[in-house]
Amino acid sequence: MKVAIRDIRKYFGQVKANDGISLVLEPGQIYGLLGENGAGKSTLMKILSGYHQPDSGQIELDDKDVKFSSPAEALANGVGMIYQDPLDVPSMRAVENYLLGRDSRINLAYSGATSEMIENASQLGFEIDPQAFIDTLSIGERQQLELLRLLALGAEVLILDEPTTGISADQKEGLFTSIRKLAKESGKTVILVSHKLSEVQELCDHVLVLCKGKFVGAVDIPCSTERLVQLMFKEIPPRSSRVSYIREQNLLELSQVEFEGERLTVTEINLNVRAGEVFGLAGLEGSGQKLLLQACAGLIQPKRGKIILDREDVTRFSYHQMRAASVAYLPAGRLEEGLVAGLSLTEHMALARPQQGFVVDWNYFQRETQSQIDKYQIVGRPETLVHELSGGNQQRALFALLRSPLKLLLLEHPTRGLDVLSAQWIWQLLVNRVEEGGSILFYSADLDELVERSDRIAAFSGGMMSRIVTATETTADEIGHLIGGEQ
Amino acid sequence: MSLGRIARHLWPTVPVLIALVITGLLLVVFGVSPQVGFGAMLQGAFGDPSRVLSVAAFWVPIALASVGLVVTFTAGLWNIGVEGQIVIGAIAASWVALKFNFPGPMQITFEILAAMFAGAIWAGVTAILKTRGKVHEIFGGLALNNLAIIFTNYLISGPWQPPEGGTFRGTVPFPAKALLPLYGDSRLSPISVVMLIAAVVVVFLLLRGSYWGLKLKALGKNPSSAFLLGVSSERETILALMFCGALAGLAGAVRVTSWFDSLRQSISGGIGYLALLVVMLSAFRVLLIPFIAFFFSAVLNGSITLQLRTQLHSSLGGILTGVLVLMVLLFGELRQLKRFDERRVGSRPDE
Repeated sequence: MKVAIRDIRKYFGQVKANDGISLVLEPGQIYGLLGENGAGKSTLMKILSGYHQPDSGQIELDDKDVKFSSPAEALANGVGMIYQDPLDVPSMRAVENYLLGRDSRINLAYSGATSEMIENASQLGFEIDPQAFIDTLSIGERQQLELLRLLALGAEVLILDEPTTGISADQKEGLFTSIRKLAKESGKTVILVSHKLSEVQELCDHVLVLCKGKFVGAVDIPCSTERLVQLMFKEIPPRSSRVSYIREQNLLELSQVEFEGERLTVTEINLNVRAGEVFGLAGLEGSGQKLLLQACAGLIQPKRGKIILDREDVTRFSYHQMRAASVAYLPAGRLEEGLVAGLSLTEHMALARPQQGFVVDWNYFQRETQSQIDKYQIVGRPETLVHELSGGNQQRALFALLRSPLKLLLLEHPTRGLDVLSAQWIWQLLVNRVEEGGSILFYSADLDELVERSDRIAAFSGGMMSRIVTATETTADEIGHLIGGEQ
Repeated sequence: MSLGRIARHLWPTVPVLIALVITGLLLVVFGVSPQVGFGAMLQGAFGDPSRVLSVAAFWVPIALASVGLVVTFTAGLWNIGVEGQIVIGAIAASWVALKFNFPGPMQITFEILAAMFAGAIWAGVTAILKTRGKVHEIFGGLALNNLAIIFTNYLISGPWQPPEGGTFRGTVPFPAKALLPLYGDSRLSPISVVMLIAAVVVVFLLLRGSYWGLKLKALGKNPSSAFLLGVSSERETILALMFCGALAGLAGAVRVTSWFDSLRQSISGGIGYLALLVVMLSAFRVLLIPFIAFFFSAVLNGSITLQLRTQLHSSLGGILTGVLVLMVLLFGELRQLKRFDERRVGSRPDE
């Protein structure tokens, strides 16, 4: 099925997720959709699959104008998407999930469906027990099941969002073989959203690149990794001179640390962060860097290995113990896991500072908050509720809440969504912390930021940490390669 | 004053009017003129001093439980188990009243302390089930409510059955010194009113001025942010539920030692669920609780007279309060929707 996307626009408030994207996709071809985090890939694919509705623009399937108000409608027109997290119902059997979404009669024909499912699966080389409960299947098998379901419902256009996250190498091989077969033998149009350049090179015929909500270029595979990295990340950043405050002493030492997230196991982390060092972590969302920060914050417990903070073994410390040991963690979701919507800045200040006595001295905190507002140039008043602040001011508020002095500051996307000046200003604050001898361990999707602000950098790819590079001797280019899983 | 501003000031009365209209229509459907119907209710609640005292006596335990619920709602907890906590409090007070003999005012003091302790423990079970067993407090609370009621029935039909036997209605009346001193020949105890006022003041101050209140507020609005800001969710969850349980237990003690004089089969009779409605109507503001609870008590007492005068079942009072809560919740939501729209088009709400 031929897909034409014409001038699609989708804004979320101020954010232009898709800013006039036009693409034409031919049947029988496999396309790789590349771009940085926030480039607009997921939004575009969610529009194509009916999950989001565009603000303007058209979608044409085989030269026919279509409009989808739901994923079910998109699927009825032949567009199916496999999400990163399989959208199945874990407490049901495989065959029941297989039958989901069928606009069938009251009577579900189980026996027919079971044999049909087995046959379709064997054609693609999959093996799934139709009677198995979903929660006993691996992520890879659940993906296969989802693929079978979409195909049975008549999908002609298949969108796969990061399909290889959390599946084994064998399963990946099987998945790729079946995708090739579907494209080349059955003439399906396949779109692969992935950050893993090696996979894109392995599977796709063409690569489409998005940047900041716009379509910026297409290349045919084979194509060198250098060229892909260049397309994705545009210009190599200018190097601003920055002073390093690294001291001799090791502040944080991780040896042979292993921990588990929901779908990812991170193993063999060996890392030393010195006092006064800024250590940057690169990697795509869900590659293990967030887990590393959470392990350092005491939010997840390592399964193996040792974490030493300032010569003290903190491996088994809880989050609150880590906090008491002068470690601070600033997560990416400001209103989800940093601030409490509905509470004022003053109330946050009272919560964040060490408790003294039983009664809150509101007058003191009112004054204290006002002085922090002045210091951090927050546009707001002490009694302003945090959810009424703009994103940038929320970020400043989070920094204003940090205790001082801190030994270790763990940051996720410290300047995401901030304009250049605000970002510059935040980093100035962070450098001040480092100057006082604190260390920073942060991750960012912005390679320029990593190269410019870190002393050393490591990249994560599928739960593995790359070699550690020195920021002054590396380029965004090299980090792009490390993110892609190259060594 | 602009028309818009007048409308905004009158806004809170809209759900009240709608509730009255709907109940009035019901009266009409059953062939009673609303004037007669509401007149009977008013008469029944405030017709003479003894009726006012009766409304007040019924009011105190509802208000006590409601004040406790403000604490759990602030922490984002749905303490449906408040009903069971009232019942257990009543049982504990009865146990002390029936089985112990302390000198003078010590007797009633120990009854009240036992009731508060038992209510807190009963609520603590719900809390532990939630924090350790991942059982939602609504389900844990409901299960414990049933257990508490079954336990009451067991006691009054078994070990605490009156010697003459067979009534299955309640225990023997407690000795006079085991009861709260009553005002005149009413069922209202001035001491219980003092305890209610104290509870309101304490909860108001706790929520406004203490670290604990602030932590509960943060926990109720966003547990994960609150955790990262250093709030121990387990500890505060347990403490909030136990605090509410203690006040509910106190309400139970007031029921057995002033409204009744013994442990009865339906000792709470659903005042815990009523308290939940009161708190929802108050939008979790503790200073409004006594007034709303008093209104509920008046409506429910008044509808007994309604039944006597018009042969309509007294549950009409329940219908009035129920519809009222629904309307307030519905209109509260509508107001939020409207605000949300304003925010979307970029203008800030002017409050």
